[in-house]
Amino acid sequence: MSCVYFAPSKIEEALVLMQTHFPTVVAGGTDIFPAQGTTPMRRSLLDVSRIDGMTGIDRQADGSWRIGAATCWTDIVTADLPPGFAGLQAAGREVGSLQIRNAGTIGGNICNASPAADGVPPLLTLEAEVEIACAGATRMVPLSDFLTGVRQTTLGSDEILVAVHIPAPPPDSVGRFEKLGGRSYLVISITMTATLIGLDEHGCINLARIAVGACSPVARRLAQLETDLIGQRPDQVVVLPAHLKTLSPISDVRADAVYRAEAVAEQIKRAVCKAAIPHD
Amino acid sequence: MTEQTVNAPCGFRLNGHDVEIQPGPGERLSSALRERLAARDVKVGCDAGDCGACTILVDGDPVCACLMPVQQVAGRQVETLTGLIADDPVAARLAHSFEAHGAAQCGICTPGMMVAAVALLRGNDTPSEAEVSEALGGVLCRCTGYRKIIEAVMAAGAPPALPVSDGWTGAAIARLDGRDKVTGVEAFGDDVAPADALVLRVIRSPFHRAGFEFDDLDVWLAGMPGIDAVLTAADIRGKNCFGVIPDFVDQPVFAEQECRFRGEAVAAIVGNRDAIDDFDVTKFPVNWQERPAVMNVADAMSGQAALLHQDRAGNVMCTGFVTCGSPETALAQADATVQGQFTTSFVEHAYIEPEAGFAIVRNGRLEIYACTQAPVMDLEGLEEILGMDRKDIRVVPTGVGGGFGSKIDLSVQPYLALAALKTGKPVRIAYSRSESMQSTTKRHPAEITMTIGAMADGRLRGAQFHGLFNTGAYASWGPTVANRVPVHASGPYQLADYRAEASGIHTHCPPSGAFRGFGVPQAAVAQESLFDELADKLGIDRLEFRILNALENGMPTVCGQVFETGVGIKPCLTALRPAWQTERRAAEDFNQANAGIKRGVGIAAGWYGCGNTSLPNPSTIKSGIRPDGTVVLHQGATDIGQGANTVITQIFAQALGVPVSAVQRIGGDTDVTPDAGKTSASRQTFVSGNAARLSGETLRRQVLKLVNAAPDSAIFIAEGVIRISDGQQTHTPDLSGLSADRDGYVIRAEESYDPPTKPLDANGQGVPYAQFGYAAHLAVVEVDLALGTVRPVKFVAAHDVGHAINPLLVEGQVQGGIAQGLGMALMEEYIPGRTENLHDYLIPTIGDVPPIETLIIEEPDAHGPYGAKGLGEHVLIPTAPAVLNAIRDAADVRITHLPATPARVRAKLREAANG
Repeated sequence: MSCVYFAPSKIEEALVLMQTHFPTVVAGGTDIFPAQGTTPMRRSLLDVSRIDGMTGIDRQADGSWRIGAATCWTDIVTADLPPGFAGLQAAGREVGSLQIRNAGTIGGNICNASPAADGVPPLLTLEAEVEIACAGATRMVPLSDFLTGVRQTTLGSDEILVAVHIPAPPPDSVGRFEKLGGRSYLVISITMTATLIGLDEHGCINLARIAVGACSPVARRLAQLETDLIGQRPDQVVVLPAHLKTLSPISDVRADAVYRAEAVAEQIKRAVCKAAIPHD
Repeated sequence: MTEQTVNAPCGFRLNGHDVEIQPGPGERLSSALRERLAARDVKVGCDAGDCGACTILVDGDPVCACLMPVQQVAGRQVETLTGLIADDPVAARLAHSFEAHGAAQCGICTPGMMVAAVALLRGNDTPSEAEVSEALGGVLCRCTGYRKIIEAVMAAGAPPALPVSDGWTGAAIARLDGRDKVTGVEAFGDDVAPADALVLRVIRSPFHRAGFEFDDLDVWLAGMPGIDAVLTAADIRGKNCFGVIPDFVDQPVFAEQECRFRGEAVAAIVGNRDAIDDFDVTKFPVNWQERPAVMNVADAMSGQAALLHQDRAGNVMCTGFVTCGSPETALAQADATVQGQFTTSFVEHAYIEPEAGFAIVRNGRLEIYACTQAPVMDLEGLEEILGMDRKDIRVVPTGVGGGFGSKIDLSVQPYLALAALKTGKPVRIAYSRSESMQSTTKRHPAEITMTIGAMADGRLRGAQFHGLFNTGAYASWGPTVANRVPVHASGPYQLADYRAEASGIHTHCPPSGAFRGFGVPQAAVAQESLFDELADKLGIDRLEFRILNALENGMPTVCGQVFETGVGIKPCLTALRPAWQTERRAAEDFNQANAGIKRGVGIAAGWYGCGNTSLPNPSTIKSGIRPDGTVVLHQGATDIGQGANTVITQIFAQALGVPVSAVQRIGGDTDVTPDAGKTSASRQTFVSGNAARLSGETLRRQVLKLVNAAPDSAIFIAEGVIRISDGQQTHTPDLSGLSADRDGYVIRAEESYDPPTKPLDANGQGVPYAQFGYAAHLAVVEVDLALGTVRPVKFVAAHDVGHAINPLLVEGQVQGGIAQGLGMALMEEYIPGRTENLHDYLIPTIGDVPPIETLIIEEPDAHGPYGAKGLGEHVLIPTAPAVLNAIRDAADVRITHLPATPARVRAKLREAANG
C-alpha cells in the first residue's frame, strides 16, 4: 500500500480519510517518531494539527471548557485558566522539555495511553470527557472509560479524538500536581499524583479528588481516599495502604513496586498540603 | 500509482529563504533539513526528542526537528543555528559569549543549546539561572556540566571581551577551534559525506547470545532493488578480528556462527538512501537460534557457564595484581578495620554524537573520515582487518561529538572500509542511538570487596581489595582496567601493606572498555566510602583523616614508586578545609530547620596515573615554517572536546616563542600528521604536550640559528615575515631563499616524547606512570527522606594539574567530569536490552548539576610540559564517592549499589528505620 501524508483543514474531510485510507493520526509527533526508531514508516499519516477546531482552549456557554485535542502543552501551560486547572498546568510544565511541549498535544498524550502520561491524572481529577468523532457521529466518553489499559483506548480505527471537555471546576477548588522522576527535565515519571482540593471556611477539606499515575496500567482516582479526606486538614492527611489498594505498581528500571507505593502516599500528602498554599 | 501517492511539494522559509521539497509521508524534519537542504548544523543525537541536539525554531518556537513531520512546517518559518548567526544579533552575541565562557566543548550539542537559548533571549535579555535552566532543559550536554552554558546565556546580553594575549601556558584563552562550534560550521562524523554517498546499515543480533545462519544472500540481494551489496565475514580479506591490546585482540568485525552480545554485527547492507531507509532490518534473511546467556560475573564464573572464549578458563579474561608489605598481618594488627562490598552498573558514554563517518576509495587508496579518538590506531586496526598495506589507507578524524573513551575503539570504520572497497563508491553511516548504545563499549560494572585498617592515631594499617569487573563479550580495554585498578585502589594515600586484585570477567554483555578513569572511579567508590566509615570509627574528622594519610613527596606508592616532586594530594585536601568547615556548619543549621529534607557534606579524593600503565606511549609532534613565514603545527592529538587543539598549541607557541595566533594548525590526518597517540588516559596534555614543547623548542633553535641570535631572542611573525630581535639587533632572515622540503617547509621539527615508566614485577612493583594527577571533591547534597531523592546542592573541586595550561579549559574539564560522576552516582545504569535509549538511560540535564567551584592546585610535575599534568579523568574519580559520602552524612545510610536511585536510597532508609 502506498503511503500518503494528509493534512486536511476540515474535520469532516479527515473523518472520511480515516475510513478510506486508515491513516495513523499524527499531531505533535512526539510519541510516533520515538516509537518508530529506524523502522520505515509504512503507514499513511493524517496530520490533525491544521484541522479547524482541533486547537485552542475555549470556555463554553455552560461554563465548561473545551480544549482542542491538537492543542500543544505550551498553549495549555500559558493559558489563563482558573485555579482548578493549576494541576493540569503544572503537569503540562513537567511534560518532557520546552521543545516537547511546543509540539506534543493533550490529545496525543491521551491517545498514546502511557501509564505514565503526565496529562492524565489531572484530567481525571477534572472529570474530563473526550469528544470522539467518526464520519457522521460524535460521542462523548469520560476519560476514565476511554483509557482501558497500557497503550489501549476505546478509540476506533476510523475515529479521531477531537477535543477534551472539562466541566467548570468547583469554585475555589485548587489543582496540584506532583511528579517524581530520576532527574530534572525530560524524565518519565516514577510516580505522579494530581489533586483537586476544596477547603471550607475553617480550612478543612470539603472537596477531594485524587488521581495517581504510573502506579497502574491506567492512572486512577482513589475513591476511598477522596471520601476519607473530607473534613481533614490538608496538612494532616493520613494515607493508609488500604487507600492505595486499587493501585498495582510494578517494578521496572525506574523503581520497584514497594517504592512506588510508598512514594505515591507521600506525594498525595504533599499535593494535598500544597492545596492550602495560595495559587502561585 | 494514484495521484495521492505523489508526495506533495512542501514549501517553507528556511533561514530567510524560500525552499520547497517533496518529503515522504513519515519523513522527519531533521532528516529533510540535513539531507535535502544541506542544513547539517542541525545535529541528530537520538531521533526521539531525548537529547535536543536537533532543536530548531519553527515560527520562533523551539522544537525537536527529529519529532516533526516535514509537512508540518509548510508555510512556516524555520530557523537553524547558521541562519540565526547570520541574521540575528542576539545569536551573534550569544556565540561570542559561548566562546568567551568556554560553553562549547565538543560542540555537538551547541547548535541545539544555542537555538534554544536564542528563543529565550529574544524575549528576555537578562534571564535568571532558573529561566535559562527551564529553556535549555531539553538539550543534553555530556561534556560541559552545563555551568558554563548557563553563564554564557545569562551574560549573552553583554558578553565579556575575549582575552587578548599571546596565549602561552597559564592563559585562560578561549578555545582556538571554538568559532566553528558556536556558528554551526564544525563538521562531525555524519556531516562530511558527499551527497551521492551510499548508505550502510549494520544487521545486529537481537539476542544476548545466538547462533545464526543466513539464507542465500545472493538470491536475496538480487531481489532488493537499490541495495548494492551485502557484507558478511566472508568479505574480510584480512583478519576478522580487532582489538586494542595486542594479546587480547578478540572481537570480530562480523560474528561468525555465534553472537556473543546483543547488538553484535553479523552483516551489513549498502545501498542508496531511499532503499536503506525503506528497509526493515528485521526482514534481513538471517535465522537466529537464541542460546542461554550469562549476564553477570557470578553466573559467568559459576562453572556451569559456557566459555565465551575457549582459551579463557572460567571466563576470566585476565587479572591485575599489586601487593606490598604484609597486608594480612597489618589488618590483624590494626586497631580498627572496616569492610564493604560495592556494586556498580554499566555506564554508557552517552556522547551526543553517535558514531558516524564515511569512506571512499580515491586513487586506489582507502580514505576513512570518522569521529575517533585514535586515528592511527584505527589505521592499524584496518590494516589487519582489510589485509591492506597501511600506506594505502588514510584516516582523517572529523569533529568528534564527545568520546570519553569509547571512540578509541573501532566502530563504524571497518564497515565503511569494507563497503567502500566492495562497491567502489563513497559510503556513509551514522549509528542510531540504540545501535550506538547496544554495540559500543561501556564502563565496567564492578563487584568490589575491600577491607581497610588503621591504628588509633589514624594512620592507615593495611588494605585488601578484590574486584571483579564485567568486561562483556570482548576484551577491548578490559585488560587495562584490570591492570590499572590495583595500582590505584589504595587511593593517593600512604599504605605500606596492601594487596589488590582486579579481574575482567567475560559475559554476554556489550564489551566494557575505556571510560574516563578505566575502572578507577569504581575502585574509588569502595575505598573512599570505607575511609569515611574508618574515620568515624576512630573518631577522627573525615577530611583530617585523609590529610593525615595523604601521600607526600618522597613516600612510596603501593607500587613502590617514589615521586620526589609533584605529589599534590595533600594540597588538594587542605584546599577543601575552608569549604568543609563552612558547609558542615551550614548543613547543621539547615538540618535543625528542616525535618524531612536533610543536608549532608561529603568528601573524597582520587589520583590518576597519566598515560599507559608501564607501556611505551609515545607522541610525535611535527611543525614547520613555510617560505612565507607561516608557522604550521601538525596537531595530531585528537580534540574530542577536551581542548587538545588549544592546549597543545599553547604549549608549542610558548616553546617557539610566538603568540598562538601565529600558529596554523593541521589536524590528525594520518597522511600528513605524525602519530600523537590516542586521546585517552589523560595523556595528551602531558605526553603530546611534551612532544609539542620539544617540537617548538627545536623549531625555535633552528630559527635563531638562521641569524645566530642569542637563545633568549624574541621571535616576531607578522605579514609573512619573521623578525628576530635580541634586544639590540633585529634580523629579518629571507626564508624564500631557503629550499622547501616536500611538505613545503623551509624549517621543520619533528619531536617525540615517551613518558619514562618501568614494567611492574610479579607483585606490581615498579614505575607504572611517570606522573599522577590528584584530586579531591567536596559535595553537598540534600536527601528527601520520604522519597529518597538526592539533590546535589554544590561541589567544590580541588585538582592538582601541575601547571594549568589553560585555566578556562581546566574548569570546563572539572565541571564536565563532575557531571558525569554525578550521573554515575545517582542515575546512570545501562541494562542491555532494556535501556538502549536516552529516556530509559538517564544522564544529568541542566537542572541536575549544581554550582561547581574549582580550586586549581599547581604542584609542578617533574616531567610534564612546564610542570603540567593530565586532568581528563581525575575530574570524575572522586565525584561518586563524594556524593555517596554526602548522602551518608545527610541521612546516615550507606549506599553500596550504584546508582543511588530514589528507590535504592529509600530502601536503605526503610531498612535503617526498621532496625
